[in-house]
Amino acid sequence: MAETEAIAALFKAGDCVRVREAYPIGHVRTPYYIRGKSGVIERLCGAYPNPEELAYARPGLPRQPLYRVRFRQTDVWQGYRGKGDDTVDIEIYQHWLQAQ
Amino acid sequence: MNTFRGVHDMGGLPAGEVVASEHDFALWEKRVDALMVLLSRKNLLTVDELRRNIESLGADAYDKMSYYERWIYAITQTLIQRGVVSIDELGRRIAEVQARDDGGN
Repeated sequence: MAETEAIAALFKAGDCVRVREAYPIGHVRTPYYIRGKSGVIERLCGAYPNPEELAYARPGLPRQPLYRVRFRQTDVWQGYRGKGDDTVDIEIYQHWLQAQ
Repeated sequence: MNTFRGVHDMGGLPAGEVVASEHDFALWEKRVDALMVLLSRKNLLTVDELRRNIESLGADAYDKMSYYERWIYAITQTLIQRGVVSIDELGRRIAEVQARDDGGN
């Protein structure tokens, strides 16, 4: 059934990934500041219709795996002044992630 | 490299002082919120369409419009894009409401 089709999950918790450095127009849920940064998969959240397609009233299928990815703040912000082990978790769709 | 950045995507950019203040919502703001909920339930709009339309506002308009002004703009855009309402229909209805308010108040 088309509605239940999901793309297979490529990553699992603990995998190192890099966010694609891409700058498309349209509705994109990957924050600008995290593009090109490296992090670790914290968990697979599930698979959902692609919001980039839903934004244009299209079905967004097959569903895209969504991950919670953990980044070290010192990797994200130049000259970060907080604690060295501070992290930020961001939910990112699989098509924005590359194996590292 | 093209590094297009939407005006809304401001994480990490320098910002002015954050003014924390409580305020009541105006009746029209509550109505806009209700409209959004109803349209979603009737599958006439997705939150992603709402976001896309808000995110495609020019920087100047994005900054000047209030939260619910951006919402009603985006709801209107979505309904026109989907053909739920026509531009002519909307224009006539707005004129009707304005005439009513001018006469009544």
